[in-house]
Parts: sequence; C-alpha cells; structure tokens
Amino acid sequence: MNKRSLVSIDDISREEIIDLLRRAQYFEANPTHKLLDGKVVATLFFEPSTRTRLSFETAVNRLGGRVIGFSDAATSSSSKGETLKDTIKMVSNYVDLIIMRHYLEGAARYATEVTDVPIINAGDGANQHPSQTLLDLYSIYKTQGTLYDLNITMVGDLKYGRTVHSLLMAMKYFRPTFHFVACDELRMPSQYKELCDSCGIKYYEHHDFSADVIGAADILYMTRVQRERFSDLLEYERVKNLYTLRRSMLEGSKPNLRVLHPLPRVNEIDQDVDESEKAYYFEQARGGLFARQAIICRALGIDTPTLTTSIES
Amino acid sequence: MTKEYKELAVAALRSGTVIDHIPSHNLFKAVKILGIEKMDRAVTIGNNLESSRLGTKGIIKVADVEFDEQVINRIAIIAPHAKINIIRNYEVAEKRPVRLADTIVGIVRCPNPKCITNNEPMKTHFDVTSRQDDDVTLRCRYCGHTVESSEAIIE
Ligand SMILES: [Zn+2]
Repeated sequence: MNKRSLVSIDDISREEIIDLLRRAQYFEANPTHKLLDGKVVATLFFEPSTRTRLSFETAVNRLGGRVIGFSDAATSSSSKGETLKDTIKMVSNYVDLIIMRHYLEGAARYATEVTDVPIINAGDGANQHPSQTLLDLYSIYKTQGTLYDLNITMVGDLKYGRTVHSLLMAMKYFRPTFHFVACDELRMPSQYKELCDSCGIKYYEHHDFSADVIGAADILYMTRVQRERFSDLLEYERVKNLYTLRRSMLEGSKPNLRVLHPLPRVNEIDQDVDESEKAYYFEQARGGLFARQAIICRALGIDTPTLTTSIES
Repeated sequence: MTKEYKELAVAALRSGTVIDHIPSHNLFKAVKILGIEKMDRAVTIGNNLESSRLGTKGIIKVADVEFDEQVINRIAIIAPHAKINIIRNYEVAEKRPVRLADTIVGIVRCPNPKCITNNEPMKTHFDVTSRQDDDVTLRCRYCGHTVESSEAIIE
C-alpha cells in the first residue's frame, strides 16, 4: 500500500485538493517540465478509454517520463485468465507508478493493497474517477476565480452520473448551493442529499430546466441522459429533449456563468452553444492535462512549484 | 412443547459453549459462519424452540470448545441478540452478548456483481456504517455498495 495513491476524491482532504489545483495552475503556465526524467509509468487500461488514456499519457510525456502499458484487456494477460493481483504485482516490478482503468468497481482500491507502487485510479466501472473530478474543480476555479459560495446547477442524469456524485462530494468543502435538475427516474440519490444535509449545504430539486434556474447559476454542469438508464422507454421519449441546453436559453444568464460537461456529449448541449463565450467544455477537457500532471507528481512525491494565487477564501 | 423435548434442548454440557437466542431462520447461517460443520466435537443443534423474545429461536451447543471472541462475534451479523454461554464444569462460567465489529472481513458477499470482490479470489471487506436495533448497514470498502445485515448473503 502506497499512501500517495489516488483511488477516490474522498480520500483527499480540502487542503490536498487545493494543493493539487495550485500545482495544476503551475503546469498550465509551464506544461513541459522534465520532472519525471528517468521514471517509467504504466497505463493499464483493462477497459478502453481513449480520451482518458491520451490525457494521462500526454501528461507523463510532457513531464519527461516514459510510458508502458496496454489500452484494452484483450491485449493484456488478463485475457488469459490472470488475476488482477498477479498483473499488478508483475507490472510493479518494472514501474514507478501505475495508472489504471478497470471495468470492475473497487479494482483500483484492491490494486493498492497488493503493491507498494502508487496507483492512480483512472476509472473503476461506475465507481470513482478522481482525475475527472479534479479537472472539474479546476475548471470551476479557473472560470469563477474561487471555489467558494458558488451556485452549481447539475442537469440530466443525476442518478447514475458518477461525475456529478464525485463533484458533489468534493464541493462539500466550499459552501456551494446546488440545484438538481432531472426527471423523476434520474433524480439525485438520497444518500447524496443526506450528505448535503449533514454538511449544511443548501440544495433545490427541479423538474423544469427553466430560465429561473439557469439565471441563478454560476456553473451549469450538463450530463448525458442515456436511453439504457430508463426502465420505461416511453418516459425516455418524453424527457429526452427536456434537458437539452440551447443557446437561446443562456440569454439573461449571469455574465460569469460557464457551461461544463464531462464529454462526450450527444445532444444534451446544442451545437449552437459552442459559439457562446459561456461554453467551457472543451477548455475543461484541456485542463484535464494539467490536473493529471499535478496528480502524477503528487503520486510520485515530486515537489512542484506552485503559483501563489490564492484559492483559499 | 413437551417436557421431554425441553429437557433435550437444555441437556447438560460439562464444558464448552452454548450459543442461545439465534433467530430460527438464521440458525444454519450461524452454523456455517462458525465452521461447526467441520468440527469433530459433540455438537447439538436445536431449532424452532420457544422464545418469548424472538418467537422461535435456535440454539447451538459445542462440547469442549471455547471460541475466539472475534470469531464468535461474526454471527452478530445474522443473530444480533445471540447470547454466548461458556460452560466449565457444568456451570455457566461466562455469559455475554455478541458484538458486531466495525469491520467485517470475509463472511458477507458484496451484492454488486460488478464488484472486484465477486471477480477475484479475495476476501470481502465491509465497514459498519449504521446500527439500528437489529439492522446493521454494511458498506463495501471496494465498490461502495451498501447492504442491510438482514439481507446479507453469507459466503
Ligand atoms: Zn463491493
């Protein structure tokens, strides 16, 4: 077990989150920095995810490290029936850090228990994806200049959307007000509302994606409403277009409002929104590179300079 | 219940352990958790006995064995009101309730089929997140799914 592993955003404190965001800021100003000279990093993708893998591998390369690994389980030894434990132990002999994605939930946590090499969880099934959460926080911080006292509106699939759950848990330190916009079938699960209650966080639930809700928001966090999530397909047909953002809906919104989306999007954000200065989802993905550089350096215990702007409130 | 039957149920034990107040429907789960099937000592198991508290109850008597406290406390998942009587020289030398530990390793299976614990040769690991009378909520340390103790599947 290596204490610098990152399995869940819940494993790290408010101070560590802020420290990682400061480091990300530094990497945005200085993206190429040979801090990983001589280090070898494994990217083990038991489940393919080109977007996440490219982001992590670019982060390692920009830091001057080397990458080994595989991009889907079919080309790895797990397809021959090797256990996860054996694969992790074998790879641990060769590398300084393991970045892994797995289709099974809890796989990354288990991996930390069988090796002393630090593990970064790049997604374990529907469970955790902490680097996504960190890049979401980074986008919020960058666009709003603070993480504190923001009005954050989450729209779409709030029941199964892992990114909204992790973001909610990470934002609990920063006095947010949440608005949850979803149909009945995809409402925010009660455990997260109870978490808000226990932390004294205000939240409001809405069916309608209305002008009032949009008008109050600092951040609109959009998610995909997927057909396969519905037990009742008639219900899907009824709601599928109710949670789509169009450019006209941004009229009258706050000047500082920014629209985020974990990507890939399907039709929940109209193409015409892309031209708005309030669309931030492409920049958001770019920020993922810097957030991942910060996470990698933390996992390896490499001290990085930080910019001295204040994130604290 | 006849007198004869009652006497059998409380037949004297010279030394060993009597586990009483096990809910009838969980008696054989308790047997399994404690590994009693593999023991070579005299074992007496009674079930559907009258109980003012539980309606009916089960009882397990194992001669010449005193269980490790940690081991015996594992049955608290399915028998939260069980009482442990340790018998020495025909007398109850110790009597105590079971107590569920804050973490449970092994025993309970995770209800999530996509959990790593259901797909690797490894032990499950649950943390107790709330205790309300009979029902205890357990949370899988790996996938985060929760399960009520009354619905827990015993491995
Ligand atoms: Zn589990």
